[in-house]
Amino acid sequence: MMLDPQLDADGNLIHLLSTEGLSRDQLTRLLDTGASFLGVSDRDVKKVPLLRGKSVFNLFFENSTRTRTTFEIAAKRLSADVINLNMSTSSTAKGETLLDTVDNLCAMHADMFVVRHESSGAPHLIVDHLRRTGRSDIHVINAGDGRHGHPTQGLLDMYTIRHYKGGFEGLKVALIGDILHSRVARSDIHALKTLGAESIRVVGPQTLIPTDIESLGVGVHRDLDSGLKDCDVVIALRLQRERMSGALLPSATEFHDRYGLTHERLKAAKPDAIVMHPGPMNRGVEIDSAVADSPRAVILPQVTFGIAMRMAVMSVLAGG
Amino acid sequence: MSAKSIEIRGGRVIDPASQFDEAASVFIANGKIVGIGQTPAGFKADQVIDAQGLVVAPGLVDLSARIAGNIDAELAAAVAGGVTTLACPPDVDPILDEPELAERLVRHAEDVSLVRVLPVGAMTQGLSGSMLAEMSLLRDAGCIAVSQGRGLPADTRVLWRALQYAASCDVPVWLQPAEYHLSKEGIAHDSALASRLGLAAIPVAAETLAMQTVLALAKATGARVHFTQISSAEGVALLREARDAGLPVTGDVAVHALHLYEQDIGYFDPLTRFDPPLRGYGDREALRLGLAEGTIGAAVSAHTPLGLDVKRVPFAEAAPGATGIELLLPLTLAWGEALSLPLRRSLLPVTARAAEILGVEAGQVAVGQRADLCIFDPEATWTVNENDLRSAGKLTPFLGRTLQGRVVTTLAAGQPVYERS
Repeated sequence: MMLDPQLDADGNLIHLLSTEGLSRDQLTRLLDTGASFLGVSDRDVKKVPLLRGKSVFNLFFENSTRTRTTFEIAAKRLSADVINLNMSTSSTAKGETLLDTVDNLCAMHADMFVVRHESSGAPHLIVDHLRRTGRSDIHVINAGDGRHGHPTQGLLDMYTIRHYKGGFEGLKVALIGDILHSRVARSDIHALKTLGAESIRVVGPQTLIPTDIESLGVGVHRDLDSGLKDCDVVIALRLQRERMSGALLPSATEFHDRYGLTHERLKAAKPDAIVMHPGPMNRGVEIDSAVADSPRAVILPQVTFGIAMRMAVMSVLAGG
Repeated sequence: MSAKSIEIRGGRVIDPASQFDEAASVFIANGKIVGIGQTPAGFKADQVIDAQGLVVAPGLVDLSARIAGNIDAELAAAVAGGVTTLACPPDVDPILDEPELAERLVRHAEDVSLVRVLPVGAMTQGLSGSMLAEMSLLRDAGCIAVSQGRGLPADTRVLWRALQYAASCDVPVWLQPAEYHLSKEGIAHDSALASRLGLAAIPVAAETLAMQTVLALAKATGARVHFTQISSAEGVALLREARDAGLPVTGDVAVHALHLYEQDIGYFDPLTRFDPPLRGYGDREALRLGLAEGTIGAAVSAHTPLGLDVKRVPFAEAAPGATGIELLLPLTLAWGEALSLPLRRSLLPVTARAAEILGVEAGQVAVGQRADLCIFDPEATWTVNENDLRSAGKLTPFLGRTLQGRVVTTLAAGQPVYERS
């Protein structure tokens, strides 16, 4: 049996690679820690000294200003030194391998890597390399790897759901749209499953639903109305424009017609259902502006909670 | 080289072709087997090899070993693995699409080793899938078949023409059945696992469509087709059906696919990146049974020596393949063990049946045959360790695994070419 590489021999979280494999206790502890950090952002001095003297390296092999910024803010509020590396324009573009880059940064005494990479499993490779070279004291946070996972987004989504719904028992949650390419969907599904949501549905055409996704404990709906029926939480996913050229969809217009969230379609969900989106949104494609700007949309609070949850992850990994 | 006469004394001689399996001595003179059991009249041994407790089997025949890069190291690896005849696919550097390149490979191999190296030429120039390579000249240069490397050409019309042309020059065509578009971007078997890990998927249909296309065209053209590295239960079923219908088609399986399946990817282990990808548990079972019943004729090492620079990278970016020629024997034996086959049957897919597909005389322990022999200890266990591998490629998902069956001595053309120290 292979051991989950994000846990140490005693089952403690030392890296965050996936929401899969985390126990309900571990997830709850992270969410509770997030709650305790939420107040920090409201203070005049928005800092706690938990990571003072530590160096956090943001390694973004794929561009994402927003995710990188929220990690940067989170680390700074924990008093860490933050070094941002835009890898798409740096040494890897000159042919250096991923692990050579990691070795170099280790030599600069990094304490934590926040990694975004276009290949599923890239952070796992780094963790494996650190373990082989006896540097498991350096923590790795997956900030999005290919289609595989985006665990801090998964955690902030869970935080948001718990915040608005009080818990997970009996909850019906629908994820809408491009599940196939979505690391957010996978992270949400694992966390929702572990936290005990009653029903998790994925909604989309067969071209955007991964094979045998039912094995993760979700129901598949081809039709939006049946997928939304009686839902408490609706999560719209970003639809990339390039899906049309990949013959996965005929057009954004047709996608919007079948799967776009409108107030009218949302009538199938519970009246108090919240609407979430990991951003950035394509207004008029997966979500109508009228929905995105309505009170039931909790998209901006997601961003705020995201900082608290990233602080929570960093502090828990660092032994806080 | 001197033509020593050798007596291999007291071993358990197994000839899979005849299912002979008895304690006997083997007598070698002038590079050939001159006697089994009974000492030939006037035979005088210059050297006696004690094979007590060991199996004396034919030198192994490997239908797929990429001996590129450090060719000398790969040939040393071959004999350390008991392999004395091998076919090298065309998708090596340089691509074997010109007669001179094939000739040069054969000549280089002959200069440094007694291993018989049989190149498989490229079916299309540069394996680009557009213009035909010089199949007839490639054959004259020593190629035993032509192949498109991994997968079929994108353009089915090119495949049709290639099969027509190959049939006209009586050149066998070896094809890895993978429909071009369905397989070109994928890296993992299309399944719950790939969905969970977020890996781009290759459906089984990529294999079955390719096989159906090739079979239809083979029927129409009369081309002799061999399918390399069948990976799925459906693929095995299609091959069985075609063979039952009397089509002259054969197939092989990568020996790693008799043991590993998709779950072995674990947490994105790049060493388990293969092309075709590791498929499901049911596929592995079907491959095991298909090989046992003879639908699939041969097990191949699919030896691909690769360096850390292309393997210690994220799974999706890792080059497919692994070093394997030194594991061919123990992994084949482990397959036989799993199916409770006697040794004389376990060895068939890497000896006589593989030689039959190649169309060369090899893979037999019989009087008059070239004395290519693999003497191994069937009980010896060993743990795969990169320092013990002679190949320049040290990377395989079997590193750290304990395997049973180890080559002790290899003879090629009557010469001891490997002795384990």
